[in-house]
Amino acid sequence: MVAGLALLTAPLAARAAAPAAEECTVLVGGRVFDGARWLDGAPTVVLEGGRVRAVGGAAPPGCRVVEVAGKMVTPGLVDAATQIGLVEVPAEGATVDLDLRAEFQDGEHLVRASVRPDFAYNPRSAVIPVTRLGGVTSALVVPRGGVVAGSSFLVDLAGERQSDAIERTLVAMHASVAGGDGSRASALEVLRVALAEATRYDREKAAFEANRTRALLLPWVELAALAPVARGEEPLAVHVDRASDIEGILRFAEGTKLRLLIFGGAEAWLVKDLLKARGVGVVTYPFADGPDGFDRVFARPDNARILDEAGVSVAIASFDAHASRKLRQLAGNAVRAGLAGESGLAAITSRPAALLGLRDRGVLRAGAVANVVVWSGDPLEVTTLAERVFVHGREMPRESRQTRLRDAYRRLPARDGAGAAAP
Amino acid sequence: MLRTRLRAPWSRYVLALALIAGPGLLGCGSTSAAKGGDDAKAEGEDGPKGLEPLEERAHAVVEAPPPPASEAFTLRGGVVMTATGHRWDPGYVVVENGRIAAVGEGEPPSRVGRVVDVSGHVVTPGLIDVHSHLGVYPQPSVGAHMDGNEATSPNTAGVWAEHGFWPEDPGLERASAGGITTLEILPGSANLIGGRGVILHLRPMRSARAMRFPGAPDTVKMACGENPKRVYGRKGSAPMTRMGNGRGFRAAFAAARAWLEENRDKPVAKVKRDLEMETLAGVLTGRILVQVHCYRADDMLTFLQVADEFGISVRAFHHALEAYKIRDVLAARKIGVATWADWWGFKMEAYDGIPENLALVDEAGGRAIVHSDSPEGIQRLNQEAAKGLASGRAAGVSLDEDKALRWITANPAWALGVDAEVGTLEVGKRADLVVWTGKTPFSVYAVAEQTYVDGVLVHDARVKDAAPWSDFEKGQGVGL
Repeated sequence: MVAGLALLTAPLAARAAAPAAEECTVLVGGRVFDGARWLDGAPTVVLEGGRVRAVGGAAPPGCRVVEVAGKMVTPGLVDAATQIGLVEVPAEGATVDLDLRAEFQDGEHLVRASVRPDFAYNPRSAVIPVTRLGGVTSALVVPRGGVVAGSSFLVDLAGERQSDAIERTLVAMHASVAGGDGSRASALEVLRVALAEATRYDREKAAFEANRTRALLLPWVELAALAPVARGEEPLAVHVDRASDIEGILRFAEGTKLRLLIFGGAEAWLVKDLLKARGVGVVTYPFADGPDGFDRVFARPDNARILDEAGVSVAIASFDAHASRKLRQLAGNAVRAGLAGESGLAAITSRPAALLGLRDRGVLRAGAVANVVVWSGDPLEVTTLAERVFVHGREMPRESRQTRLRDAYRRLPARDGAGAAAP
Repeated sequence: MLRTRLRAPWSRYVLALALIAGPGLLGCGSTSAAKGGDDAKAEGEDGPKGLEPLEERAHAVVEAPPPPASEAFTLRGGVVMTATGHRWDPGYVVVENGRIAAVGEGEPPSRVGRVVDVSGHVVTPGLIDVHSHLGVYPQPSVGAHMDGNEATSPNTAGVWAEHGFWPEDPGLERASAGGITTLEILPGSANLIGGRGVILHLRPMRSARAMRFPGAPDTVKMACGENPKRVYGRKGSAPMTRMGNGRGFRAAFAAARAWLEENRDKPVAKVKRDLEMETLAGVLTGRILVQVHCYRADDMLTFLQVADEFGISVRAFHHALEAYKIRDVLAARKIGVATWADWWGFKMEAYDGIPENLALVDEAGGRAIVHSDSPEGIQRLNQEAAKGLASGRAAGVSLDEDKALRWITANPAWALGVDAEVGTLEVGKRADLVVWTGKTPFSVYAVAEQTYVDGVLVHDARVKDAAPWSDFEKGQGVGL
């Protein structure tokens, strides 16, 4: 009976056993980046109970010791804009859950604040292990569409259950004011009206419940979801590239409690002084094709460098699902274009975490979540590999659907006719 | 072909017009065409015979390409990687009359021309991208610039990418800044047979014709799999399935075979002009190289089966994310595999992509090629190759940097039929060179500091604030 049960549950058990939690792991001998800078010497990194217990000092007894001399140790990378877990195959609509439109919204679905995309998150997506093998351990998952697209949520890239993976919901409310058919002025006005009504709804909730308010233009569920944004509790992440759109947003937000973030910001370097003065951070994508649209006429590859040198907090993100694993290549190219090396690495670790209000990710210091990567060399270099990836202190298997395909075809089976000559 | 006409009834009208206007128009161009005629057999009692004279007229030059650099120079002091198996540290390259006059290890035996010290740098052949839509999907990416897919019929073999190419695409200068010196501009993949591609030598010119790589063959873009069946299936027309794809190819090839037999020996004036057929006839005679967009292993095998039926050779499969599954077949048939290192998953036929694809194809003796298909990727083809190299090594494939260099130089040169002229650093070849910063081009930090085409320095990263190549970029943000 016992044996039978074991057989029945074998596949599941095998999967669960692979990333078995380790009570305590010590990484010894590697160079360590703490999220801001490379530390002197080769401090030990102690992971215990899913957290970083210490960086530096002696290795405590009883821990598994992992020798990482000659390797580089960094916080797990944080991708501040992805679609991971909401998209399996972008071209197949049934696998895409980014668009949060619902019947109860305004007729044009311009304001989609209330739908919680995290309920759709698929922790079993084949994209997740692939991405993790690129050293990414945390991802902000961002919906898209409308003027107000909805709230993003943060996942750690491990775990078989939604509850294992989803670390924080309602991280930021995402909006976009460019790209539609109408004027971007109208989109800004939709945003302004929505936030104004959210403030009113928030203030006069009792009157609203008693049916004693003037009619609202937007459904109350959307206003309720926007209220924390209007109060400045949930950041408003505005996806824009054109410098004038950033100016418009900054003017729009003057005198409000809004906590702004700019996502995209291809032309942000043109308004670096305004961003610096207002303390607005930028999550950017550093692969500039060139002037690939009239919103990006002034896009340039050293955008991140210029922003960083001006004192604007800049993070780098993939804005993708399947290409999230290229995050460090993105940062590497920003460094190639002049961004300081440590800033480049910070832009995919501590900076995005800080911009999103996550104090315990993207850093290696006592108390941080034990998301850690051991690299074969410079993490930003394209020939470097993520050799070991820890999530919540557990060393993750070096496996993905892609490694399985690779292994299945590492030796081709002999087949009759294979290699037949061309006619 | 029949299908084409059903899809686009107006094509009859256009062809009729062409036939009416044809003789007069052809007469005008006959002088320049005759100059290039070298096939004595084609001369008959009724004047030149066959299809070659027609091709020559269609390729006549309006604006002559620039002459090669007359200035001789020597690059010395840096690492020289030849893509023929050599890595000389230091090495030298001597350039005379736009060609490589000498290349070797150590110091140049004699100082020829201006000596350029490239110590601390690496010299490689110019990079070659076999799959680009620069110019036909130029920046800015606006509706008016969508010139890459003539998605009006699944067979538009008669359209030429060259005719849709905008030489002011700002992406061209950025490609040059990534070390690209030769590139193939292809129509998109909406159609089974999308039209002719054009091979360009990358330097700023006023037309695609002037940028044409001298002597390079024409190519044709074909596409299997999801795209054609999606584009036409959505319209309720064929192809709607992979079966329809197969029939579309076979119908086109069968018609082309019949047309070729009927017209190949006719006097030029009597050839029944048909632009779709003329391109496909070039495919059947081997004059035009076949470049096939195809992802899935079984789709590639199906395409080969159809190609075999009509005696057509495939030069390279592009994208080919599942080439690793059939690398034995592709290697045995000497078919190039042009792909990325790690783009995957964007559609079903890309779901099985793995980063070891390039390395496994190479290991099997196939011709692995890194391509971009992207205005972003073409700026860093070296990084894409580097990722493929690292993934392959990690999987236990024995690879060196020279092999990976061939993925972006010698192998794509072969796929485009220009390997006698470019793709390696060998005496006599065109002096298409890149001088990279750092110790290796396979680094995220490597910058193509100097890019030479025919010995002319077309990109120089050391010059700041140079005027942009593209007229679109001139004067933006000026006068505020």
